[in-house]
Amino acid sequence: MAGGAQQQAGFEGVGARLPRKEDERLMRGLGTYIADIRLAGLQDVAFVRSPLAHARIRAIHVPEDLKGRVFTAADLDGVKPIRAVSGLPGFKVSEQPVLATDKVRQVGELIAMCVAPTRAEAEDMAARVELDLEELPALHDMLAARLPGAALVHEHWGDNVFLESLVNIGIEAAFDAPVKVSRTLSTARQCMAPIEGRGAVIHFDHRLDQLVVHTASQMPHIVRTGLSECLGLEEGQVRIVSPDVGGGFGYKAILLAEEVCLGWLTRRLGHPVRWLEDRREHLTANANCREHHYEITLYAERDGTLRGIDCEATVDSGAYSAYPFSACLEAAQVASILPGPYDFPAYRCRTWSVATNKCPILPYRGVARTGVCFALEVALDALAAELGLPPEVVRLRNLVRPEQMPFDNITNKHFDSGDYPQALTRALAAIGADTVRERQQAGEADGRRIGLGLSIYCEQAAHGTSVYSGWGIPMVPGHEQAGARLTPDGGLELRVGAHSHGQGLETTLAQVACEILGIPVSRTRLVHGDTAMTPYSTGSWGSRVMVMAGGAVATACTELGERIRAIGAHMLQASLDEVRLEGGRVVGPGGDVAIRDIAHTWYRRPQDLPAGVDPHGLEVTAGYKPVRDSGTFSYAAHAVVVAVDTGLGEVEILDYAIVEDGGTLVNPMVVDGQIIGGLAQGIGTALYEEMAFDSAGQPLASTLADYLLPGAPEVPSPLIEHMLTPSPYTRFGVKGIGEGGAIAPPAAIANAINDALRPLGAEMLRSPVTPHRIMAQLLAARAGERSAA
Amino acid sequence: MKPAPFRLERPRTIADACSLLMQDGAKAMAGGQSLGPMLNLRLAAPDLVVDLGGIAELRRAWSEPGCEVYGALVTHADVEDGRVPDVGENILRRVAGGIAYRAVRNRGTMGGSLFHADPAADWVNALSALSAEVEIAGPEGRRRLALADFLTGALSTALGCGEILVAIRVPHVQAGARFGYVKHCRKVGEFAHAVGAVLADPAAGTCRAVMGAIDAPPLVFADAAPLFGGAITEGFAARFDAAAAAAALAAAGVEDPVRRHMHAEVLRRAALQASALLPEKAAA
Repeated sequence: MAGGAQQQAGFEGVGARLPRKEDERLMRGLGTYIADIRLAGLQDVAFVRSPLAHARIRAIHVPEDLKGRVFTAADLDGVKPIRAVSGLPGFKVSEQPVLATDKVRQVGELIAMCVAPTRAEAEDMAARVELDLEELPALHDMLAARLPGAALVHEHWGDNVFLESLVNIGIEAAFDAPVKVSRTLSTARQCMAPIEGRGAVIHFDHRLDQLVVHTASQMPHIVRTGLSECLGLEEGQVRIVSPDVGGGFGYKAILLAEEVCLGWLTRRLGHPVRWLEDRREHLTANANCREHHYEITLYAERDGTLRGIDCEATVDSGAYSAYPFSACLEAAQVASILPGPYDFPAYRCRTWSVATNKCPILPYRGVARTGVCFALEVALDALAAELGLPPEVVRLRNLVRPEQMPFDNITNKHFDSGDYPQALTRALAAIGADTVRERQQAGEADGRRIGLGLSIYCEQAAHGTSVYSGWGIPMVPGHEQAGARLTPDGGLELRVGAHSHGQGLETTLAQVACEILGIPVSRTRLVHGDTAMTPYSTGSWGSRVMVMAGGAVATACTELGERIRAIGAHMLQASLDEVRLEGGRVVGPGGDVAIRDIAHTWYRRPQDLPAGVDPHGLEVTAGYKPVRDSGTFSYAAHAVVVAVDTGLGEVEILDYAIVEDGGTLVNPMVVDGQIIGGLAQGIGTALYEEMAFDSAGQPLASTLADYLLPGAPEVPSPLIEHMLTPSPYTRFGVKGIGEGGAIAPPAAIANAINDALRPLGAEMLRSPVTPHRIMAQLLAARAGERSAA
Repeated sequence: MKPAPFRLERPRTIADACSLLMQDGAKAMAGGQSLGPMLNLRLAAPDLVVDLGGIAELRRAWSEPGCEVYGALVTHADVEDGRVPDVGENILRRVAGGIAYRAVRNRGTMGGSLFHADPAADWVNALSALSAEVEIAGPEGRRRLALADFLTGALSTALGCGEILVAIRVPHVQAGARFGYVKHCRKVGEFAHAVGAVLADPAAGTCRAVMGAIDAPPLVFADAAPLFGGAITEGFAARFDAAAAAAALAAAGVEDPVRRHMHAEVLRRAALQASALLPEKAAA
């Protein structure tokens, strides 16, 4: 890889810090999102959604004059419910009717759809549909839902547990450890919040006998499979087109009930139909994620050496299993990833994926890792406090060491490379830990208290067949494919089945191609987001695209390069082993020829080609898998300084440092963007975002005035340092880094707040850490002191 | 989130506006920064929206003896940018600059904010502390009310059928008096969870204090001396009696002791500002 400082001017290959070419259109407001698509005869859909969290449907009254424009489950002949089954033993299956049949199981569940020329008129119609509902007891608390005798979300299950799991790796051996620290921790239910909501514009093309589905999706090919199964169509009868997508984060890695409804509706009505999610639907009915609860015990020696970790983790999975990742994606991962980057000998983890009357939990950037990192890293600080040791000392005692790489940890996660202790010590140096601690001792002029917090995590990315086949969910990633084709004028077209929802793939995949073929990024176009034009892919999730699609593009371009070289050698009257590709030209001993001239010859002057030329020409589709598909392990250490106002509980982030190892970076500027964006979301988890429910299961935030997202003033500019330990298993040594920014901040920030407040007797163990929660603890601690005095 | 059907009228005179507002289901709109979202969420479904934006008279501001007068449609940004006179050195200007976000301040108006009567709104609280008075026009002519009498509840006012708020009179802050204004928000631009406002003149021994954002109209202490040990003298803020403030909050229905603490704390900080013991933080 070419290092940043050594890069020559004009270098655009792997490692170049290039501005994103797609920003030319996106920043000028010229992107095309779902809501920008206009089709002749298009009508809008508004849904009648359940006002109750749990109820039996006695009747749905559609006014006579709306018949034929309002549809309920009774109309949906031949439509199957959404089933996302996991093959893990004991998994209980939920069937999600796309329009509710006998029961509603969450607020916002779809009951009827109304079609009108405008959304406002469709909403007028929806308001006139009357529901006769028999309210049932609602489950809003996952711990209560686990108890015997609780109301049942799915009656035939007999309980509310999608899946229970247990791993025990000799935990009993840790019980005689001299130090034992236990904590109860939890992360709030959140609503991931891309700027663009979901949406779909769907019509049926009779010429092609094809349902054409424009939908904001991270995984067009997976939606195609799920949609064809629900609608009873051949896959060839479904085309998914995902245009510009205004943020995904996992929210658009799902088959939507709305898509199934509209797929049926457009065939029934014979004209295009559209649904655009509004913010209220997004918040109250669709976007839940993250809610975890942990009972964790750390066993340790007095020097901080971990003897074992024992944990019970519960995840609120909501009412249904979302397609394709299922209802147990989070909890099932918790057990395997809780150990994080630490090496210790004994471990037990029991997990529950619990059904409640909330909307299904969805994978959100970092998936289970944000909760796991919060639980373990905050508990480690509690252990450090118990031992009277600085938090970094306890971590350094237990972090996997570079000489152990590659390292199989206690749950058989295979760490490919890295130097975790170095990341932590560099983060401490970057934040100026010694200076911060001196300042902390001195006290602040304004009376606030300073705290320093750390966290470190690892991010398994681009894990493939061997990992996912064991889960038995509807989707298992295999080889990733990419197409590469020269145009007659020497440009390059790349085709991938993964989709960009803001990651900058149009630039970074072009950089990969440039690294191999020397074709400028400006001459390379990425074709993606359309099942009709791209190879199959499970899509963009799991920080996998740069590893998988990048590897596939490299493989395809390498093969294409060989074909270019063969024609070039003929044109230069040289033998194949005498010519090489360089700077977009084939260079031989006596001269060189540009790729564009080679393309011109292949397409437009075939009479100049040699008799035995490779008939496959200048178009390649190639597949790729890393040498090992157990995943790349990127990681980072975060260090943060906060100031806490002990009168109002306000928290200000004063400084933030991140030392990240993403292996070889294809475009460091894009990586920094990923880290900063993730950090903003991590700050949201840490301090702001919470979807609360009342005892009737009603979501308590329906606008962004109630559901707080961090804004620009709340997000600091972090100091970012990169370590560049290449993965031994992937093309170029790249590692997936898309999620890490959102994983570590809640733990680091909570640890910083606890560092500030521990002397006052407060310890924050629940995210978000709000001013009210801080003051409740501080006031209780003061009251305790007074009564003790 | 699309509005239910409604008619829109844009009258040019106050009289026309009042007569349109006599109709059943009519609702006045000033800057539309609260009503717009409420229409989209169908939390408000008026038959008729009367857009006051066409009435030039409501955009004026002028001085009268002892006070400044602000037309109801003077925007937060007009105040923030100094396009209208302030009632003292950086008093209203500081409050205006802390309202929501600039995009809201560009369109949101002082009169609209008082008419909407959100208990957490800045003008509702700051102007209560400054003893503002509102002028109302209606079918029976004009009348004036103290702001405290105008605000009858959370999101409710004393405006009658066919009446509109036309102007706000804010008394000049006397030389020697100081104004403290502190609010607690979880993020920049958010509606406050607690507001404290204090106008104090230790030389004269007077102090008016407000605690706001309590799901009811502001809690106004026309004589705040009981909150400071009984007398307002130099350095009075140091004698803030948090227990007295908490008791008043409890009496006003604030049940959560943590919230009571936070309301009392922002009032204490506002008092510190007003007694020059704490440097003013812009929009605190």
